[in-house]
Amino acid sequence: MTARIKRWPGVELGAADLYEGKVTQTRFRPDAKYAWSAGEAMSRFLEELQRGRFIARTCTGCDRILFPPRMFCEACFRPTDEWRYIQDTGTIETFSISYLDRDAKRITDPILVGVVSLDGASPKMGLMHYFAEMTKEEIRIGMRVKAVWRPPEERRGSVLDVRYFRPLREGEG
Amino acid sequence: MTFLERTTDPRRLRHWEGTLEADYIYTSGLAGERFFTALRDDGRILASRCDACDLAYLPPRLFCERCFAELAAYDDVPATGRVEAVTVAHADRSGRPLPEPEAWALVSFRGIHGGLLHRLLVPAGKARAGLAVRPRIRPRAMRTGTIADIEGFEPA
Amino acid sequence: MIGAGMTLFRRRLQETPPELCYEAARMALDSAGLELSDIGAVVSGSAPDAFDGVHMKGEYYLDGCGGVGRPYMRVFTGGGTGVFSTIAGWWHVASGLFDAVLVVNEEKMSCCQPHPQSVFANIWDPILDRPLQPNLVWIFAMEMNRYMTVHGIKKEDIALVAVKNKRNAVGHPCAQLADPNITVDDVMRSEVMAWPVQRLDISPPSDGASAIVLASEEFIRRRRIKDRAWVSGVGWCIDSTMWTDRDLVFPEYVARAAKMAYKMARIDRPRKQIDFAEPYDPFDYKELHHLEGLLLADRGEAPTLTREGVTARDGDLPTCPSGGLLGVGNPIAATMGQKIGELFWQLTGQAGTRQIPHEVRTGVAQAWGDLMQYGSVVVMRA
Repeated sequence: MTARIKRWPGVELGAADLYEGKVTQTRFRPDAKYAWSAGEAMSRFLEELQRGRFIARTCTGCDRILFPPRMFCEACFRPTDEWRYIQDTGTIETFSISYLDRDAKRITDPILVGVVSLDGASPKMGLMHYFAEMTKEEIRIGMRVKAVWRPPEERRGSVLDVRYFRPLREGEG
Repeated sequence: MTFLERTTDPRRLRHWEGTLEADYIYTSGLAGERFFTALRDDGRILASRCDACDLAYLPPRLFCERCFAELAAYDDVPATGRVEAVTVAHADRSGRPLPEPEAWALVSFRGIHGGLLHRLLVPAGKARAGLAVRPRIRPRAMRTGTIADIEGFEPA
Repeated sequence: MIGAGMTLFRRRLQETPPELCYEAARMALDSAGLELSDIGAVVSGSAPDAFDGVHMKGEYYLDGCGGVGRPYMRVFTGGGTGVFSTIAGWWHVASGLFDAVLVVNEEKMSCCQPHPQSVFANIWDPILDRPLQPNLVWIFAMEMNRYMTVHGIKKEDIALVAVKNKRNAVGHPCAQLADPNITVDDVMRSEVMAWPVQRLDISPPSDGASAIVLASEEFIRRRRIKDRAWVSGVGWCIDSTMWTDRDLVFPEYVARAAKMAYKMARIDRPRKQIDFAEPYDPFDYKELHHLEGLLLADRGEAPTLTREGVTARDGDLPTCPSGGLLGVGNPIAATMGQKIGELFWQLTGQAGTRQIPHEVRTGVAQAWGDLMQYGSVVVMRA
């Protein structure tokens, strides 16, 4: 930096300064609760998940089958046209082997997660989900997979109605 | 051109519930540290002063809003202040009714820019602008270095 | 640009957000020899309110930005804000509305407990993503994996970037994570967070603020200001929120923003005409991904440039000579200090021990934000 500047501002605190109250402070926990409207497309999407199916929307403007479904095409900027069921098989586009849970705590049994592009939708139309029935050595981009659904009575209309995606077996899909 | 399909039965639309979870720790900052340690340790209320602009600030600031100089001078505010404005609260912040209505005031001090928002320790019916007030500071053992170290302002 | 300033970047600073802004703003004004009264308008950039924990934080810390009683706006494009606020500041001057503008960026991530991750989690779609309880690192891991797999890139080559930047940061007075001794081995042996991401691939959360002063040609001539660098090109672009529908191997939105900036700057052969670069490097692989997005390397070729020393400070295309986010720290929007600030300091010969040893006349800075969506690009010349 320029030799003219002698003093760089900023008073550093250590973790103890903050957590043990060595500097004056105020603590607060906001209490925000939300009920997000699923909207037109996502409501139908969730309904179909409860029935054990994936549904998409078509756009005749660009000839794409959009998944997850949406009521407008973001490329053509016009309303989408029709509902279309797609398959529950697909291809792994990318994945991660996570040793962190959602609170950034370490776990020893990693979570396999990634993006699956689904058959029947336009190329690359994907969904993020878990992978299982495969080891971390076996998982790879390009692997063909199939959704494993919860039993009907356990489904609630959620992406978790699918437990995970497992490797496609001989003779399937 | 609007959507071609529209659901008109609201029971067919789903919603998804969730919360935003986080806890916060706010440091008082460099000027705030001076203010709150003086309040906690000595029961004093400090303002910071810009000599160039002849302005004092409450709560104290690190810098002068007008000339943008860094401020290093801190002085006690006068013993007595004045109620600039009042309001009377009948519900708490969650909307639940309070057992007794509470008076709140913005209190200013002569020669000092700004003021403090705090409880006005008078029966709600007696709360009015123009009252001369002084701070009621909590006992030392109960002070932790926050604005609650002041219990409120009472008639001087 | 006629002045710049920044605070130390650390995991926790004691100053309140307005105080952080003041420290950086005062420094920028002093470096340009100006007073606040010379400033016509103030622009600020800061990432989510949820970090500092004050709703409408732009309106809360503006006093420290010098915004009181002035035309003021806060802009926010996620991680892209570090460069984007400079673009918004540029609009104010280039439009002819103002002669001198102060741009102040701030971030105080330490307020958020137990970790800023807790609020980052809210970037995910509530219906599609959140039920899976994702950790933020997953986004980067998935993008990194796609990039590595499609191009056949080895982890070791990516780790070279973390080593280069953390070593470069030794010359930066504000650096949080400078390390003169770090090796590829250290990175490869660091804890796996979400494969392929390891601990030393990532920049930390930080507190900090940075500021710059932009002025018109006329103002500079009238005041006879000697230390100045010119904004020659600006560009910005965003991609769809449906990130699962995109191939993450190439940041298309960065390329579009770059093309917009290069066109304005009359650059048609970026690799030849740009002398040094400050791409956004919150993760080591991102420097490579962004070099390709900035059209400074062919797709899949950026690791080779690193391996061959081209992007070293004394190489043909010094990249992140500041030490970047990996070395100096990552207080989101305040990274303007290492991206834009560094262009200014290098182009005016004020970068001290970080000064690139050969002459540089044209630099490019880039930032990246949201769910792998936003690219902001600025080209500056001596």
